[in-house]
Amino acid sequence: MAINYMNPLFEVVRNYDRCIKCRVCERQCANEVHHYDPDLDKMVADETSCVDCQRCVTLCPTRALKIRKNENEFRENGNWSQQVMDEVYKQAGSGGVLLSAMGNPREYPVYWDKILLNASQVTNPPIDPLREPMETKTFLGKKDQEIHYDENGKAEFKHNPYLELDVPIMFSAMSFGSISKNAHESLARAAQELGTYYNTGEGGLHKDFYKYGPNTICQVASGRFGVFKEYLDTGAAIEIKMGQGAKPGIGGHLPGMKINEEISRTRMIPKGTDAISPAPHHDIYSIEDLRQLVLSLKEATNWEKPVIVKIAAVHNVAAIASGIARSGADIIAIDGYRGGTGAAPTRIRDNVGIPIELALASVDQRLRDEGIRNNISIVVGGSIRSSADVVKAVALGADAVYIATAALLSMGCHLCRSCNTGKCNWGIATQRADLVKRLNPDIAYKRLVNLVHAWDHEIKEMMGGMGINSLESLRGNRLMLRGIGLNQKELDILGIMHAGE
Amino acid sequence: MKKVYVNEDWCLGCHLCEFTCAAANSGAPDMIKAFAGGKKPVARIQIEEGDKINFAVQCRHCEAHPCVKGCIAGALSVQNGVIVCDEEKCVGCYTCVLSCPYGAIVIDETGHKIRKCDLCTRNSHGEPACVKACPNNAIVFEER
Amino acid sequence: MNYVIIGNSAAAVGTIEGIRQIDKTGKITVISDEKYHTYSRPLISYWLMGKVTDKNIYYRSPDFYEKNGVETLLDARVTKIETAAKDVVLSDGKTVPYDKLMVATGSKPFVPPMNGMDKIASCHTFMSYDSVKAIKAEVKPGMKVLIIGAGLIGLKAAEALNEYKADITVVDMADRILPSILDIRAGSIMKKHIESKGTKFILGTSVDEFSEHSAKLKNGATVDFDMVIIAVGVRPNTELVSEAGGKVERGIICDLTQKTTLDDVYAAGDCTVSHDASSDTDRILALLPNAYMQGEVAGRNMAGAETKYENAIPMNAIGFFGLHIITAGSYDGEEYVEENGNNYKKLVFKDGLLKGFILMGDVKRAGIYTSMIKERIDLSNVDMDMLKDRPQMMMFSKARREEKLGGIKR
Repeated sequence: MAINYMNPLFEVVRNYDRCIKCRVCERQCANEVHHYDPDLDKMVADETSCVDCQRCVTLCPTRALKIRKNENEFRENGNWSQQVMDEVYKQAGSGGVLLSAMGNPREYPVYWDKILLNASQVTNPPIDPLREPMETKTFLGKKDQEIHYDENGKAEFKHNPYLELDVPIMFSAMSFGSISKNAHESLARAAQELGTYYNTGEGGLHKDFYKYGPNTICQVASGRFGVFKEYLDTGAAIEIKMGQGAKPGIGGHLPGMKINEEISRTRMIPKGTDAISPAPHHDIYSIEDLRQLVLSLKEATNWEKPVIVKIAAVHNVAAIASGIARSGADIIAIDGYRGGTGAAPTRIRDNVGIPIELALASVDQRLRDEGIRNNISIVVGGSIRSSADVVKAVALGADAVYIATAALLSMGCHLCRSCNTGKCNWGIATQRADLVKRLNPDIAYKRLVNLVHAWDHEIKEMMGGMGINSLESLRGNRLMLRGIGLNQKELDILGIMHAGE
Repeated sequence: MKKVYVNEDWCLGCHLCEFTCAAANSGAPDMIKAFAGGKKPVARIQIEEGDKINFAVQCRHCEAHPCVKGCIAGALSVQNGVIVCDEEKCVGCYTCVLSCPYGAIVIDETGHKIRKCDLCTRNSHGEPACVKACPNNAIVFEER
Repeated sequence: MNYVIIGNSAAAVGTIEGIRQIDKTGKITVISDEKYHTYSRPLISYWLMGKVTDKNIYYRSPDFYEKNGVETLLDARVTKIETAAKDVVLSDGKTVPYDKLMVATGSKPFVPPMNGMDKIASCHTFMSYDSVKAIKAEVKPGMKVLIIGAGLIGLKAAEALNEYKADITVVDMADRILPSILDIRAGSIMKKHIESKGTKFILGTSVDEFSEHSAKLKNGATVDFDMVIIAVGVRPNTELVSEAGGKVERGIICDLTQKTTLDDVYAAGDCTVSHDASSDTDRILALLPNAYMQGEVAGRNMAGAETKYENAIPMNAIGFFGLHIITAGSYDGEEYVEENGNNYKKLVFKDGLLKGFILMGDVKRAGIYTSMIKERIDLSNVDMDMLKDRPQMMMFSKARREEKLGGIKR
């Protein structure tokens, strides 16, 4: 028998004075951690497969459970941390690429938390959002450059296709396959009620959701899964996925065991084999090729729908954005390195890409410098965690934000980061029918609506505090931001002053 | 009249409704005390578990109420549409168990009395405790 | 409207409550030959055992008659029904007029003539509150009791007297116990269980001759006793109706609305013949639920409604010395049997339907089987493995469950 080098990551701590042996933890753990021992007449836990998803803790009716980090400690080492050593043990055992899910969890600087907002006091007084009208509506698309008049002198509004959002928050791309049908239904219904949009991701659009078409962004990714004419016609916009913040430079990966009948039909691929999207679009090798795809998609949908191009935030993101702004696309979506994923190689997720705050600031500045900022709207994602992050993003130049991890948290996710195993205990990142049942869209969609409403209200409060009553006045308004604890280089890239200046 | 109705598609078979019901009707102030010392209070709602389907069964407070009509002790009666059992009068003859078409009447831990759902009208909860405990809207308290 | 009810037990109470569903003001008079507020006859053995108090033996609340506007003539016996004059005559000569009459006279214990019965010092039947009060007054620990009849009533009497540590022997002509509800195998399991609690059985014989304190049986054995309880059967009280010209066979004949062949005269309960839907035969179904429901239907019809009592089947829920039995329907058909210690299950199928069942020991949720017999549920939509495993709603189709549990009708 070979030595098992992998210690359990977590300990299940049960307070036996509170435990009533109801066995709900046993029934609700897809990793089979808990079970009732009839000889001992006790609940016992085998923590080797515990992923700290918190399902048992949340459902326990007497709050008898706690999950803690396994207190087993390797000898302290400032260079070789326990985690780094565990990863070496894992690879020595499996010989494989380390796979992870959700966003980069490492201790890199979070720039949102080093940016502060202004408030008005004496001159330019603050506005009370409960008394005055506040506008958080926004439009995404190419801004008209000039006004045309007809032969009678009346102004003509021949406008480019655009998306109208009641709040500057959209749900980012999460494919059907990486997440469950019930999760998609919750996102679609919430988007409909909120007057915003959700994104199909690269898994195609399930037939049952065509009715939410007016609130759907249909993604065309490098694998072109589920892409055909009706799919493009159903959505409100089309998004070409060039890259994703969590794994820039590589394509998507859905393990074969997660591909059942419904996924196979929606993605238009065979059952049971891994669905791997190629790294590049094999018909896009230059910016001219991208332009050709943008125009073909517009042609296919009668020039009625805006086209979004989604890229990952990498080193020369500003130059790429400049190219996209000239390609005919209407909206550019930038995904920072903290963006989430259903499955990605750990090293790529944790080491590739740059923070969205810096990418956004440099893209916005470059487009302004080149005089083409109005060609395109900017949407950013990759760890927008609160309404404050939204306000700072808009102030740095974004037209709207994409949220995904926050949306999943609203639906019950506890960031255990085991999505790639397909045993999500919250019914989100799984296709197992018994687990998917746990996510009731009637409950989940309301929670999503609640979250966005709450953020919208907070945005209005913060804007009101700044003396601004419309999102348009906040967009790109870097004077409303100050940095704290940032060096001069960072301040320059962000284009903001230090607090106190 | 509002009753507890089942949304079969959402039941996870977690049994939280059963434990909450048992505790709510046990007379103990909280769930821990209700089950302390090896006590096993009986729930008036029962989960049926199947391969891919689960659902809860409890008294439908139906208009036919054959249980009330057959009760030999006159312990079962209808109060404001809710079918309740006077547990002091019950002798545990099981005629109601014989009569209920849903199998909703439960025998208590001693075997000498029956227990049945009374929509929490006679305990401190006031509104069905099982519905509040369900994490997934598999049972709801409404008019249909 | 003047309603008169002869009787004061389950059928009578059903009639009162049935009338009051429709007619809140009509006059109701109850005439009973017992002197008590309506009490539950099946509870007399529980009372004797001390499991039911003096207060709780009553079938309804103390203010039941007042709340329902009922006048009671207790300890009064009806001797004659005069259909022409539309009144009933009491033993003291008084007459009570009626517009609608309910005959809910129940039955009386059958006491067969046996040699030397008049010599017995203490001989009781087991049918009324008065009879158990008399027994209680006499009973002493260790007392020897001979019970004639191993049916439902005889064994309930044995169970009650066992609480007083009486030395009990039960004698019956039949070679098995509880023949009316159990088959041979179930009867044998129950017999062993009761014997394990101390009661003795002598079956397949009867009493040849009594003397004051002992009985000589036809098989040669002798049983000594301090008290005899006769529980060999009951006879329905049908004389009032037959003497008034109404149709009577083994019991009073009624149609499905509970009307007798006499105008404006209804009958309900143990004195009537019912139609058994499970065997498609006519027989007396002497069961409290049946009596109540017949009474309720009759009461509603007496007050002007048009209700029918259909789908009556034999059904019993009873326990002896802690072992419970639930049975229903008829046992003629294809059988499925499972046995495990004191747990016995027999399901009887015929013509693609569940016709009857016997459950002993684990009797949980038996009502699901009962409703399948009554409603004649088509078994082609039922999962037979689940049906045989245990009574469960899971065996039915999703559509049926949506309707029954989800309140959704498609």
